[in-house]
Amino acid sequence: MRNALIICQKELRSYFSSPVAYVLLTLWGVVFGYFFWAALGHFLTYTVESQMSGRMYSINLNEQVIRPLLQNVAVIGLFFLPMITMRIFAEEKRTGTIELLVTSPIRDLEIIIGKWLAAMLLYCCLLLFTVIHFLFLFKYGNPDWKPLVIAYVGLVLEAGAMLAIGTFISSLTKNQIIAGATTFAVLILLWVLAWSDFSNAGWAHVLAYMSLVNHSESFMRGVVDLKDGIYYTTLIFLGLFFTARSMESLRWRS
Amino acid sequence: MINVKELTKRYAHTTAVDHISFEVAKGQIVGFLGPNGAGKTTTMRMLTCFLPPSSGTATVAGFDVLEQPMEVKKRIGYLPETPPLYPEMETAEYLKFVGQLKGLSGAELQKRIDYVCERCSVADVRNKLLGKLSKGYRQRVGLAQAIIHNPDVLILDEPTAGLDPKQINETRDLIRSLAGSHTIILSTHILPEVEQTCEQVVIINKGKLVATDSVRNLQARARGAESILLEVGGRNGNLETSTVQQKLERVSGVSRVVCKHQVDSRAFFEVESQKGRKVRGDLARAVVESGWDLNELRPAAMSLEEVFLQLTGQDAPAEGTAAKGAQQQ
Repeated sequence: MRNALIICQKELRSYFSSPVAYVLLTLWGVVFGYFFWAALGHFLTYTVESQMSGRMYSINLNEQVIRPLLQNVAVIGLFFLPMITMRIFAEEKRTGTIELLVTSPIRDLEIIIGKWLAAMLLYCCLLLFTVIHFLFLFKYGNPDWKPLVIAYVGLVLEAGAMLAIGTFISSLTKNQIIAGATTFAVLILLWVLAWSDFSNAGWAHVLAYMSLVNHSESFMRGVVDLKDGIYYTTLIFLGLFFTARSMESLRWRS
Repeated sequence: MINVKELTKRYAHTTAVDHISFEVAKGQIVGFLGPNGAGKTTTMRMLTCFLPPSSGTATVAGFDVLEQPMEVKKRIGYLPETPPLYPEMETAEYLKFVGQLKGLSGAELQKRIDYVCERCSVADVRNKLLGKLSKGYRQRVGLAQAIIHNPDVLILDEPTAGLDPKQINETRDLIRSLAGSHTIILSTHILPEVEQTCEQVVIINKGKLVATDSVRNLQARARGAESILLEVGGRNGNLETSTVQQKLERVSGVSRVVCKHQVDSRAFFEVESQKGRKVRGDLARAVVESGWDLNELRPAAMSLEEVFLQLTGQDAPAEGTAAKGAQQQ
């Protein structure tokens, strides 16, 4: 475990001593800032309308601002996460530094977990940016904080699964573009599998069940559903397990 | 210290390393010699547990590379062909990271960082980004990285590739100074490097072991037939080279005489003796008794380059007649 932390620390330093982290944080801040501004704008218009019309609409910050925004965070994540994971192994393989890691007395799994953990922490930094926005809602409004926390747990789990998949794909190639594009395509597919529920056939249900989105809904509503938690943890384990196998095969093939 | 038996690495269509066996004693420097693509890097990668062998065994410090890779990795310092540097890290930061990977920590780690910085003369770039370093510094940081945990065995893949002559000399001195406390294997395709740095040579070609011996023995072995350089001068200002050549050819034990060139009344010959015959005295007498001056007579030392070309079965360069001569016998 100590070794995984060493790798994690080194990865975080790489993120923050190169422009990578700052560029991602800035872009993320701009994009999410716009989402927040637009969502809040719509909400305010809506409340004003409801007062003007004299009828009482139900007004709920959690339902009408926070929940759609957090769902959007997951969507933005879909675009940003491949950019975090694409370099994880591809870069090390291209520059040859993977030889240093693999010939050091540490286990493959420790390398993988360290790298994945660092990517998770970087994503948590991105999430912190969104937290800052929500603090304003707490200052001027009165939203419920518990569903918010649960939604964040869901977001972190979902990102963990996506990062594990991205880590695996990055371990397959030397080329960062290939790693990034493939990860993006796979994640999009996993996302839209939800749409296959138009059919009543058994396989359609299975496909829909595999979708990343379907399992985030309960978290977004502020409900912890064990099966969704298990789904994400399974994906994380699978992703990291396959990465380990891929690193092993790298040696046998190379 | 290192024991390699019948080591083989097969890929789908090629055999990169084909049943190689050799041994390296503690504290020795061994040169791993071969043309590009001979399987040097593959062999080194198997020794460092980066690649598993297809068959055969290799043990480092008594530990098998397949059975106990962790123990092997702890005892090996490895410098791959391109130093494994992270461009966004600073030298000291990088050395600290590698030290931690190899299991060092705390005051001991700090001490080792100071030591290797001093030893590999990278102390003046401690706080520079690795991406900004010159090739020579990058190579030396790579070397510092390899010795940070004071490993028993050092494996260096072309440690002087791409350096300028001054840096090459410095790196060689550094490597030589590391021998004794470390067992060193270094690969190269530069022959003088082996002659200057190594005590023992392992020559491989196309994945096969061609020769393994000490540098001195190899040179002697290939020199079985002596090659001698002669400079003969005429006393009264003119010299018939053909006469001299005939005279030299008649000396017993001489197999071949080549006139290399002639300047005024001086002529330069290369004489090859038959294997095991000492002809230098007879040659000198023949020249002097015929009334010519013997300006110079010296054995043409066969460089490792010629030995190498001869052993790997490639054509010697045009002037390397000695190698050709040795092939004939």
